[in-house]
Amino acid sequence: MSIVVADTPRTAPPPPEPVAPARNYLNETSGFWSWLLTVDHKRIGILYLVSITLFFVVGGIAAGLVRTNLLTPNGAILTEDQYNKAFTAHGVVMLFLFLIPSIPAVFGNFLVPIMIGAKDLAFPKLNLASWYVFMIGAAFMVWGLLSGGIDTGWTLYPPYSSRYSHASVTPGVFGVFITGFSSIMTGLNIMVTVHKMRAPGMTWGRLPLFIWAMYATSFIQLLGTPVVAITLVLLMVERVAGVGIFDPAIGGDPVLYQHLFWFYSHPAVYIMIVPGMGVVSEVLTCFSRKNIFGYKAVAWSSVGIAVVGFLVWAHHMFVAGISYYSALLFSFLTMLVAVPSAIKVFNWVATLYRGSITFQAPMMYTLAFLVLFTVGGVTGLFLATMGTDIHLHDTYFVVAHFHFVMVGGMVLAYLAGIHFWWPKMTGRMYSDFWSRTSATVIFVGFFLTFVPQFILGYHGMPRRYPNYPEEFQVYNVLSTAGASILGVGYLMPAVYLTLSLFFGPKAQANPWSATGLEWQVPSPPTVFNFEYLPVTVCGPYEYAIGVDQLGRGLPEPPGSGDDNPAAKVGPTLLPGPLPKETEVVG
Amino acid sequence: MSASTHGHHAVLKHHFDNLEQQHSAERLGMWFFLVTEVLFFSGMFVAYTVYRHWFPAEFQFASSHLILWIAGVNTALLITSSLTITLAIRSAQLGQRAALIRWLLLTFALGAGFMGFKALEYATDVHEKLVPGRMFQEEYASAVAELAPVDPAAAGTFQFKGGQQHWAQDLARRNNHLVPGSDGYVSPERVQIFLCFYWIMTGIHGIHIIAGLGCILWLVQQAYAGKIPKENYSTVEVVSLYWHLVDMIWLFLMPLLYLAGAGLHASGH
Ligand code: HEM
Ligand SMILES: [Cu+2]
Repeated sequence: MSIVVADTPRTAPPPPEPVAPARNYLNETSGFWSWLLTVDHKRIGILYLVSITLFFVVGGIAAGLVRTNLLTPNGAILTEDQYNKAFTAHGVVMLFLFLIPSIPAVFGNFLVPIMIGAKDLAFPKLNLASWYVFMIGAAFMVWGLLSGGIDTGWTLYPPYSSRYSHASVTPGVFGVFITGFSSIMTGLNIMVTVHKMRAPGMTWGRLPLFIWAMYATSFIQLLGTPVVAITLVLLMVERVAGVGIFDPAIGGDPVLYQHLFWFYSHPAVYIMIVPGMGVVSEVLTCFSRKNIFGYKAVAWSSVGIAVVGFLVWAHHMFVAGISYYSALLFSFLTMLVAVPSAIKVFNWVATLYRGSITFQAPMMYTLAFLVLFTVGGVTGLFLATMGTDIHLHDTYFVVAHFHFVMVGGMVLAYLAGIHFWWPKMTGRMYSDFWSRTSATVIFVGFFLTFVPQFILGYHGMPRRYPNYPEEFQVYNVLSTAGASILGVGYLMPAVYLTLSLFFGPKAQANPWSATGLEWQVPSPPTVFNFEYLPVTVCGPYEYAIGVDQLGRGLPEPPGSGDDNPAAKVGPTLLPGPLPKETEVVG
Repeated sequence: MSASTHGHHAVLKHHFDNLEQQHSAERLGMWFFLVTEVLFFSGMFVAYTVYRHWFPAEFQFASSHLILWIAGVNTALLITSSLTITLAIRSAQLGQRAALIRWLLLTFALGAGFMGFKALEYATDVHEKLVPGRMFQEEYASAVAELAPVDPAAAGTFQFKGGQQHWAQDLARRNNHLVPGSDGYVSPERVQIFLCFYWIMTGIHGIHIIAGLGCILWLVQQAYAGKIPKENYSTVEVVSLYWHLVDMIWLFLMPLLYLAGAGLHASGH
């Protein structure tokens, strides 16, 4: 990245606050159909936001049932059959209807065009179609869940799912199949947009890291999703026709299903984390007022994850009867895939080093992400090691591992993103106190929920079982207690964010004093985002020299005044008008 | 001059800066879509490869009972249609609307011909009960039952009820007095695995053809309404990319499904 320091004075006067125009994307048109037939990427992002929030609640209720049932060794409230359906509902809804579309479909849609200086995504109608396809798929899944439930676990392994289950597997699988296409549509749209619609000066080396992350994610969506789609077709044919290629009764191989399923679903776990990593890179730089440490390393490690992520799937099958040699190879490759993740973590930590850190809500969520994701990633390595995985496979250790990465990682990154871009999306500020409190509560609740599960798993409690020996009860009760705190933590943003829509103070265009193009347009943006052609002149994180991507000076960052004790943490806080002057590292 | 500017205006969508950008975005989008299509089919090709490797005799047997001449005719139809759609792009590029519509209709006719023969083939298969599952099992069981009392030496020339001479009779003869798993035994279960592939792969391919036919009809309608001016020829090109891919997938399906049993065809149909 070349920084044009010479012609951008360090003390460039902050740009005049753009007068918030009377018309913006929210009030330009109104009425039910103006939303349901919109092709505006921002409104489609909001449609997704509303829908997946709903599904998060549904998945959360199912999780509540599971945790409550585990309060006693023999199942507190559910029959065994109901228990199977509860954890499957939880997994299926959270993964396919919440986590996979979360950041890509909400922030990807909302932000990708604005961040690269475009008026819209390349294919606006396809974008709207993706939401409809998503909702139709969701309707099938909900139908499956209501008309008898699905009891196979989210992995849908045959021959149980094809031959033996009496539950409503077919509509559920069909729903997953359909939502896959919406994921492909979003990914394709974003990839083409990033290739073709960048504004002048927005070179690949100046793209915000969120864009790199979204690009890598889209790549995975494009290559992985069709494979699971065909696998699910094969599964449905087998279930409906009573005969199929995974059917052991005619010489079919159910393990082949596992290969095909994980060929998508391992990469899919990166669909569920890489976008979060993109959000983290944005927030972390902004609230430490520093350039990212190692831009290229962070950017290319997203691509690295996307590529290597396709080569590790069989680590889910170490005990499914694959050969020792392939297990050995996959074990090695799995450890390899942890490298790009680690590169990111180290670079983020280096970015924090000597930054002027302030602790607004987006930053608190991001710091929580950093801790929790690291724990999740490191425990992944325990599972990648064959010797330990034979002991840990299908235990609560695995459950804790993936919840650390998916919930501690992605959900917190998603919340960080919500808090960071909420002013931009809605034009309102939310309560500072309550948002920080919620981040703290979620962090504490999360730890209490999932650390006991590591212990349970290590001692051999299998996942998906409703019963357990008496001596495990204390950990299960702790975990359920933690889940309750976590639940309260999630409810808090729902309340204060909703209240902010009505009572929150109006947000400025650039409330965090951030550098990206999305902050150089009014909050909320107008329909076509830019009233002029934005010409990018520098990299995405020039906080040290205090200029945004258009080369203009930044406004005063929030929390840098004397009234904020958090600001004093930074070692470089100088008296006077130069609070942004931190050292440039990297 | 002003007329052509006006033409540009009607074609250019609001969120693109210029036509160049718009067309290249459309093309790139279609290429990415083709990548997903290739991966969509790849799952089946991988599974096919695995089972073909495991069960070569059964695959060969089942393949030899598919209708090769239909596959041959269909291959010719699709290859020709690839040519005609390419000629349609050329006409669009030259702004020859009548020729464009003609080539598109011809492409449509060839594709529809493909589906027609496909329907005939499916009907024949169903008639012969060459469908995995209950149908297959009952048909095979009845052929075996008919053959069971017959003296092994006479089995080769035995006339089945109604002069039936299809896969079931062939399979029953082959397996007559053979222990399952022994040399030369053709497992009826695994024959069904091949048939699963046959039905699913050709079925999904057929759905793609139908989608392509829909797109071509849409192009005809657009061309008719004058909405494909010269500078917008890339719409035709984008559809043609899809059409070529569907053709190409057929060129892989055809040998895998119909020619796998080429050595046995003499005794089959
Ligand atoms: C840092 C690199 C990572 C490594 C080395 C790793 C390794 C593993 C391994 C070996 C397993 C299989 C355990 C078993 O079933 O015995 C596993 C399971 C799992 N991992 Fe990871 N993982 C990593 C990151 C992630 C991320 C980022 C996510 C999601 C955001 C994730 C989500 C999952 C899920 C959902 C499962 C369980 C799937 C199931 O059986 O239902 N992992 N991981
Ligand atoms: Cu995995």
